[in-house]
Amino acid sequence: MNLKVDTVTEPEEIISDIVKGYQRRPNALIMILQDVQAHYRYLPVAALDLVAAEMGLPRAQIYGVATFYRSFSLKPKGRNHICVCTGTACHVRQADVIVDKLQRDLAINPGETTPDMEYSLETVNCLGACALGPLVTANGVYYGNMTVAKVDKMLSQLGGKGTSDDSATEQAA
Amino acid sequence: MKPQRLTSSQMLRDLKEDLVRRRSESGTIITVCAGTGCLACGCESVTAAFRAALQQDLSGADVEIRTTGCHGFCERGPLVVIQPEGIFYQRVKPSDAKLIVERTIKHGDLVRKLLYRDPLTGETIIHERDIPFYSKQMRLVFGKNGFMDPTSIHDYIALGGYEALAKALFTMQPEQIIDEVKKSGLRGRGGGGFPTGRKWQSCRKAKGHPRYVICNADEGDPGAFMDRSLLEGNPHAVIEGMIIGAFAIGSNDGLVYVRNEYPLAVKNLRLAIAAAREYGLLGKNILGSGLDFNIEISRGGGAFVCGESTALMASLEGKCGEPRAKYIHTVEAGLWNKPSNLNNVETWANVPLIIDKGAEWFASIGTAGSKGTKVFALTGRVNNTGLVEVPMGISLREIICDIGGGVPRNKRLKGVQTGGPSGGILRISENGSGAPGDKTTGETEAVNLIDLPVDFDELSKVGSMMGSGGMIVLDEDSCVVDVAKYFLTFLQEESCGKCLPCREGIRLMRNILIRISEGQGRSDDIDVLEDISQCLADTSLCDLGRSAPNPILSTIRYFREEYVAHIEHHTCPAGVCKALVSHAINEKCIGCHACFKVCPSDAIVGKPKELYTIDQEKCIQCGACYQICNYDAIDRVKRGQGERVQRRARELWKPRTKAEPVAAA
Repeated sequence: MNLKVDTVTEPEEIISDIVKGYQRRPNALIMILQDVQAHYRYLPVAALDLVAAEMGLPRAQIYGVATFYRSFSLKPKGRNHICVCTGTACHVRQADVIVDKLQRDLAINPGETTPDMEYSLETVNCLGACALGPLVTANGVYYGNMTVAKVDKMLSQLGGKGTSDDSATEQAA
Repeated sequence: MKPQRLTSSQMLRDLKEDLVRRRSESGTIITVCAGTGCLACGCESVTAAFRAALQQDLSGADVEIRTTGCHGFCERGPLVVIQPEGIFYQRVKPSDAKLIVERTIKHGDLVRKLLYRDPLTGETIIHERDIPFYSKQMRLVFGKNGFMDPTSIHDYIALGGYEALAKALFTMQPEQIIDEVKKSGLRGRGGGGFPTGRKWQSCRKAKGHPRYVICNADEGDPGAFMDRSLLEGNPHAVIEGMIIGAFAIGSNDGLVYVRNEYPLAVKNLRLAIAAAREYGLLGKNILGSGLDFNIEISRGGGAFVCGESTALMASLEGKCGEPRAKYIHTVEAGLWNKPSNLNNVETWANVPLIIDKGAEWFASIGTAGSKGTKVFALTGRVNNTGLVEVPMGISLREIICDIGGGVPRNKRLKGVQTGGPSGGILRISENGSGAPGDKTTGETEAVNLIDLPVDFDELSKVGSMMGSGGMIVLDEDSCVVDVAKYFLTFLQEESCGKCLPCREGIRLMRNILIRISEGQGRSDDIDVLEDISQCLADTSLCDLGRSAPNPILSTIRYFREEYVAHIEHHTCPAGVCKALVSHAINEKCIGCHACFKVCPSDAIVGKPKELYTIDQEKCIQCGACYQICNYDAIDRVKRGQGERVQRRARELWKPRTKAEPVAAA
């Protein structure tokens, strides 16, 4: 697996810097993995091996932690990261209609990425902005009080992947 | 002002006096709420617009812009309050900034269109304190939020911050502090409701060093965001509480376990800790008292089970967050097997108030068993979504109907869910007195709990719990079987899998609920659900498993007839369970074409300005049309009844225009 994201820094160096930032403390493992994930946008297995070597911990322990916590992903993420809040407040405001719509339009299930690596779809348990429910974030931008029509608009803003006639929805919205 | 290291309580007092004088001399302050709710509505561009408008029109004038923590009224964000008058502007857009500066700041006039209008009385309200949403609240823990920039330690000190710490360090003994907290009756705000003073005392008595003081900011309940708002809006209150606790317990090491999904909370907390260090309020020899205490931040990995104390401590050690049996309490052997005292964010934030104003004052608020206030995240099918802080013992009616403003779109109030996934759903309705325990005959316990006083014990008695303070309102469009299924799905995902009853029991119960929601329920399903629930409650390792049946047991207790409708009559009375409903267009349709556009399966046929119809064969019951219709023209009826509704619609339908909508939202 190729871990290089830029041509200047070696992956070994990146991981080593992150681990050293926490003085190799074993109790900082979760935060180290968060930083690694922030760098690669997911946790490549090769990076986990480097973390294990750098920290002197068994690979099994690293893998265990990386797969236990919900915020870690061992699969690469798409260019656009779409998150649908399915917290209780959003759920009773019919967030599932929005999830269904995105599933149909992107042809992927939550947790998956489109084959062209353009979109990742995820559900989260609560974003804590319940007044805006149902709520979707795309690349960190909040889209509140979502409706199926607004999903079309959002997708067309993100890169013209909306299904139905986008121009019409744009006018209506 | 340059930061200065404070080495005595006198220096703190002097600094406060200086800051208070400066604040009183300053002129108008434009406060912009920058809690996550308002941030999501774009308050940052509002702040930028104010800066630009001030620069253009009033450069050099004595006007300050202050971005504050959450004001609580998230429904109306972005919020802007003009101090010192307290003029409250809501839903402010960047383009409004110029207008506010021109009229209010320059000429002292009001911008009427941005004022709050009471939807019930139609009255326009000028001041924040007069709005019903605020006037029934008792904002103690959140009291400082609207008046301070969370990144400014000066603002906190000017409002009396760290005075309680000085009082504790210089006028009280550790045992005295513990006694004071005990006398106050403060109970853990994270959900368990364990008496805080007793916990502190056990930890102080425990043998072993070092001792740890930990703040639980792993707020994993969906629909609860009070801890985040506190850390974002007033992180110093939590820090101050922790230092007082550390002094009382005899600890030098503090940790905050905070969700990584709360970046703003992490940032503000980090800034606050750094500032407290600079001012000699953290680190060595705090305020010259001889106390050494430091706080470190640990970011969690997003696992609900890590809210449980032993799982949280495992996670702090960098391991998988699996709980252990608690025959040895964490106050004796917790983090790294050392005595550890864990309290929730809101609990810590209450401590400075108790020390400052005294245990008797605190104990005078609330009910016999629950003292002080509680912050609730009021969400779901309610008009005024937001954070509300109320005295313990207030009724559900006051919270939901008065502060929350009732249910939108004239729908009928049906229930309220408290306590998150570990809590239950209570049956309430706006009409009828229905004193708690008032029972009419019938299979279901047809009580109306709207007047239930809200505190730890009353909520447990009726089969729910306080939890961390999520309060989700359900209306007639919410199906309780669906909500129970939702929580079980959540819990199945979040169960760590260590003990069998929780791992397998939740899965089994969820499968039964899925079957019921698909019309495949069996007559003994309710009994089986109750059986498995009992097993989970008796044998699970931690509280996640033990309380997992609550959503099911409470809904069976209060809404049994809805289970029966699903199981025996194959209908979903709320029209939510897809397998049991048909969508149909009724005679209220005005032919606006909106549903036609969103239908993913081309099932909607018709021409603009005429009656539309849903092709029952093609409809996939996705609910998109129901969501988009503004005219109440989509019915969700029993599966197979769709055509009947549409036949009737064809008989009754008359052409209408948008000018006379039936039920415009």
